[in-house]
Amino acid sequence: MSESTTTATLEISRETAPTPLAQLSMQQAINRALGEILESDDRALIFGEDVGVLGGVFRVTDGLQQRFGANRVFDTPLAESGILGTAIGLAMAGFHPIPEVQFDGFAYPAVNQIITQLARMNYRSRGRLPMQVTLRVPSFGGIRAPEHHGESLESLFAHVPGLKVVAPANPQQAYHLLKHAVSMPDPVIFMEPKARYWNKAGVNLTENVAGDDDRASLEGSVIARSGKHATLIAWGAMVSRCLQVAELAAEDGIELEVLDLRWLKPIDEAGLAASVARTRRAIVVHEGPHTAGLGAEVAALVSQSCFDTLRAPVERVTGFDVPYPSGDLEDEYIPNIDRILFGVQRVLEYRRG
Amino acid sequence: MAPRALDTLPPRPADAAAPADDQLRDLYRMLSNVRQLDTAAVAWQRQGLIPGYAPMLGQEAAQVGAGAAVDITRDFVFPTYREMGVAYTLGVNMVEYMSTHKAIWHGGLYDSVATHFAPFQAVVGGSVLHAVGWAHGQTLNGQTINSSVAAGLGVGLAFLGDGASSQGDVHEAMNFAAILQAPVVFFVQNNGWAISVPTERQVAGGSVAARAAGYGMPAVRVDGNDVLAVRDATHRAVAHARAGLGPVVVEAMTYRRGPHSTSDDPGRYRTLDDEKIDGGEDPLSRFRAVLLAQGTAHAAFFAEADAQAQQHADDIRDGVVALSSRPGSEMFDFVFQETTPTLGAQARQWREESEHV
Repeated sequence: MSESTTTATLEISRETAPTPLAQLSMQQAINRALGEILESDDRALIFGEDVGVLGGVFRVTDGLQQRFGANRVFDTPLAESGILGTAIGLAMAGFHPIPEVQFDGFAYPAVNQIITQLARMNYRSRGRLPMQVTLRVPSFGGIRAPEHHGESLESLFAHVPGLKVVAPANPQQAYHLLKHAVSMPDPVIFMEPKARYWNKAGVNLTENVAGDDDRASLEGSVIARSGKHATLIAWGAMVSRCLQVAELAAEDGIELEVLDLRWLKPIDEAGLAASVARTRRAIVVHEGPHTAGLGAEVAALVSQSCFDTLRAPVERVTGFDVPYPSGDLEDEYIPNIDRILFGVQRVLEYRRG
Repeated sequence: MAPRALDTLPPRPADAAAPADDQLRDLYRMLSNVRQLDTAAVAWQRQGLIPGYAPMLGQEAAQVGAGAAVDITRDFVFPTYREMGVAYTLGVNMVEYMSTHKAIWHGGLYDSVATHFAPFQAVVGGSVLHAVGWAHGQTLNGQTINSSVAAGLGVGLAFLGDGASSQGDVHEAMNFAAILQAPVVFFVQNNGWAISVPTERQVAGGSVAARAAGYGMPAVRVDGNDVLAVRDATHRAVAHARAGLGPVVVEAMTYRRGPHSTSDDPGRYRTLDDEKIDGGEDPLSRFRAVLLAQGTAHAAFFAEADAQAQQHADDIRDGVVALSSRPGSEMFDFVFQETTPTLGAQARQWREESEHV
């Protein structure tokens, strides 16, 4: 088949039928996005522990070194501060590094470089040394992993001036948000919910989340499910759990809206306000510890924007103020369907005075 | 203090020819410029012109010698907070450099991209890895643009001290550099003191250069108070890295003759006698004696050079006096390349409530 015939066929099919969705897991969607990034941006580099020959412990970088060579995709020594510090120097030399730390808890040794250098170099240099660095962090719990292989660092990163933080909830978002993040001239912490790596879903490879090519639709939050009685606010792996909760609640006639926050910095204040203004009740759900968790920030924003219309205090269903427990106790720690439903019930039954 | 000799850097045919007489005199002029400005900056702090300063008295030969070996059109320097002499030698605008000590802007007002001099770095050992990353970028550029290998690679110069050598990042940087064979020179000024803790309580084994062997890197340990020896060692190290042969450690043995900073009180951890004995001969007097003995310069030259250096320091002082605060809006302007709605709202609120507009 000649090239022109192929193009013509594609054009016809796009006019006559919706663009077919590729069925991809999040791990495959990210892999595909990384390949396209390396193809289109010759300054993009991927490096970290075991990302080259092995293709990453989650196989997210599978095949990329074979395709793009060991200059573009390379293994580093086992030192996370070294990975981040090297990424900063490469960004100073005009590259667009996409480093990986293998697990969320392995970001701790790199926190000094992330906070004192990555987040501040643009500021310190008065805008002369932009840090176009996207740090990929397999994040959150749910896979029965050893200690420090499941942590929720979003409030730590969101608290640092100079960083942007995003967590995709499904393959479609992961594919588009990663490509968007890498194109941004500021450092982005890209938190991949590792519990969702293997779940397949449709990915529209040509159009982004909102179904158009508008870059703005890759920013802010999205409504994952519409409802009118309360808004569940979540990100990462908790979005699919909240969708399950909404499904169950619907059987009892309770229509829950699920707001996928996506960007944890900046937080979409307008999107939050718009949803809760409709539902007048909000429950924020996250895996990280309760105290000073990102849910506190969300609750404060919602309370401020919707104080007059809120029918109940914003409820937080979160992890506890305990170290992330081992696999056997994981289900006791991560908000589960029952705990989220209890939170919903508390909000719905709240009476003033 | 005679440093123990250590030189594992292979000699190369391209090693620098002996500097010409006018280059020698220029080196002295720069040493004098740096000495006068450093002395002046301490005085500015006492006068209340600047809130603080980190003097480099005694390290002039190490810094001017290192700076003189750098090709700033293609190399990139990653300084600490005590590299005024390197900055001066490389032509960084010294008013813009000193702005950080006037608390105008943390990183300094100079343009790091134009000067190839990274922002003023307060984190001890913080920028050493950046030099490795930047240098690896030169290797990657060289591999795609073949001509730059033939012409030689740009070299990243990481400045650090004996205290910084204790930081884990410095180990990671040296290991990464050696694994990547990055064109980096780790220029260590071993000035004897990390604030109040002497090198012997800081550097196990007694030498940072000796550690290079463990990474498979060549190293040179040099008398850091001999400007020509430092210049030569750094030049050889840079040439080695530029040729694509990998990283090098240069350890310049010098002495911090002043306090750690204008807030420090060395009397609490060393005596004046200690300073006299351990500091050795002043690096400027030493070089002056060499030039006099060679007949390269005479008393009139030194008088004229010192007077000119004083004039330069006075001019820089005028510039520092004239430096005004940056507008508060810059707090918000440089956080991101693309600001966020949240930060934009904070900036607007600051403007309304603090600038009353």
